[in-house]
Amino acid sequence: MKRRTLLASAAAVALAFSGTAMAEDKTKVGFVFVGPVGDGGWTYEHNKGRLAVEAEFGDKVETVFQESVPEGADAERVMAQMALSGADLIFTTSFGYMDPTINVAKKFPDVKFEHATGYKQADNVSVYSARFYEGRAVQGHIAGKMTKTNKVGYIASFPIPEVIRGINSAYIHAKRVNPDVEFSIVWAYTWFDPAKEADAAQALIEQGADVILQHTDSTAPQAAAEAAGNVVTFGQASDMAEFGPFPRVSSIIDDWAPYYIARTQAVMDGTWESTSTWDGIGAGMVAIGEISDAVPADVKDEALALVAALRDGSYHAFTGPINKQDGSAWLAEGETADDGTLAGMSFYVEGITGDIPN
Amino acid sequence: MDLSSINPVLLIASLMVSATPILLAALGELVVEKSGVLNLGVEGMMITGAICGFAIGVNTGSPVLGFMFSALCGALLSLAFGILTQYLLSNQVATGLGLTLVGLGLSSLIGKPYEGIKSPTLQKMELPLLSDIPIFGKMFFSHDPMVYFSVALVAAVWAVLKFSRAGLILRAVGESHDAAHALGYKVVRIRMLAILFGGACAGLAGAYISLVRVPQWTEGMTAGAGWIALAIVVFASWKPWRILIGAYLFGGVTVLQLNLQAAGAKVPIEVLSMSPYLITITVLVIISARGNHGAPAALGKIFHASR
Repeated sequence: MKRRTLLASAAAVALAFSGTAMAEDKTKVGFVFVGPVGDGGWTYEHNKGRLAVEAEFGDKVETVFQESVPEGADAERVMAQMALSGADLIFTTSFGYMDPTINVAKKFPDVKFEHATGYKQADNVSVYSARFYEGRAVQGHIAGKMTKTNKVGYIASFPIPEVIRGINSAYIHAKRVNPDVEFSIVWAYTWFDPAKEADAAQALIEQGADVILQHTDSTAPQAAAEAAGNVVTFGQASDMAEFGPFPRVSSIIDDWAPYYIARTQAVMDGTWESTSTWDGIGAGMVAIGEISDAVPADVKDEALALVAALRDGSYHAFTGPINKQDGSAWLAEGETADDGTLAGMSFYVEGITGDIPN
Repeated sequence: MDLSSINPVLLIASLMVSATPILLAALGELVVEKSGVLNLGVEGMMITGAICGFAIGVNTGSPVLGFMFSALCGALLSLAFGILTQYLLSNQVATGLGLTLVGLGLSSLIGKPYEGIKSPTLQKMELPLLSDIPIFGKMFFSHDPMVYFSVALVAAVWAVLKFSRAGLILRAVGESHDAAHALGYKVVRIRMLAILFGGACAGLAGAYISLVRVPQWTEGMTAGAGWIALAIVVFASWKPWRILIGAYLFGGVTVLQLNLQAAGAKVPIEVLSMSPYLITITVLVIISARGNHGAPAALGKIFHASR
């Protein structure tokens, strides 16, 4: 009982202080990571954003982070701990933290939360994500051009809209340049498990895939492709340049630093508001890593033109005519997808075989 | 679904790679259990071996040195288990579980600086003549040396246990330590040697994951393979060749389920994902139902010369 009162009073004190913390010199920013900061992919880039915040504000800011936090009850504990220790702003950087973030945010109304890739907002919870599907369009284009077996392997993580968008976008653009292309999709049910990712890549390669796209965070599929010798890969979330110029021929790079700096600034200025941000290549949140010389020059030029069109907004990655998998019409000729549909995307487009697991 | 896209030759080749860690770890545990000791710390020794081998492999650039060091680390960790259970007579189950927890923690501590680094890996070793046999050459004889080593080790353990005097003594200690003691055999010393062998094998198994199969270091990368190895020992009724079958069956189902997914099989993915475990459990149940399955009589019992 005694311990419980102690905890309760500690919580009360922390709550009281977190309101006044803004007046203090140091702004404390917390980060919750799903993998280790050394994963070379997703978490690595978020951590680079954290370091950029430190570099930008120097002494005026203090950052804390917790890595390899499971998506579930543990995440809530980690967030509550950060809030209790005086964090003013907490970034939770994985889809699976959505409900934990909302739950913890309710208990700490004075702490600002920022949840990546989710769709649940609250007065003190902003959501932010990047339009990775724009990068997937570029990958799909290169994949469609470069595959010789016409089989593209796709290591998917969890059946959530973000991942399904990526599969659809890549498929549409591969199909456009290569009508014979087929996608084999393996659901790994993990964001980060090198052994499993390596096995999945191996299985796809053995079945004749000579391009591997991955939506998991480790570099293990790159290593498997490198060992196979004739398989093309793309860096995921981070450049993964150590596997270039071949098998890694390009990459999608997430650049979170400007956003993290802007949001930290907003907290310092007291102008922070709950927002929903979804930026793509145009705003610089998604960057396309250097396309290596392993890609034929004409394909590289086409890919760069596609990047330019996506950047200036003259082309949308989901432009009709596009049908859904069951053949029903989704987008008419020239029509582009609205953000609402994209945010909740739960269907494959026409031509992809297999079902989305529930 | 297009099953023809699954190439059986490549499937068998990759199941051998995927099964090698479990095979090595299970083989080590078999020897330990044959001497009458139950060491549940396989997972901990594996993951410690994985990071130690990886660290040495990265720093020296030699995967072979990495493997040797991983065996040493696994053996060192098992030495702690041996001293606790054989000299201080602690409970083997609790000590083994503790060893797993220690190994997991220790490995992530050592592993922090090694995240995201590429390691040197073993090259495939083509065997002259054998590798050139059509189909079988590609299936069985185009692997890295550790795969051959693991199979050779199965043969060696089998031969030693069955034909040599040392094997006979080891089995005697495992069946009845009192009788062995009465005959003048040093029960504790023999068991310590068996435990060290088991630790070294588990260390090698871990290093195989971090140096060859992935090759990369990540926290918790053995992901339960040590527990599977323990199950395989029971599965195999404490017989070396059956360990090979058990490990390859498990590895085979694991690889097959990914292949089925890639081929677009119309089976729910959740079912495919749990199939390796389901099949292992099913076979275990069938074997147990047959009654006497050859567990060493003194397995897990504490020995002290005064009793």
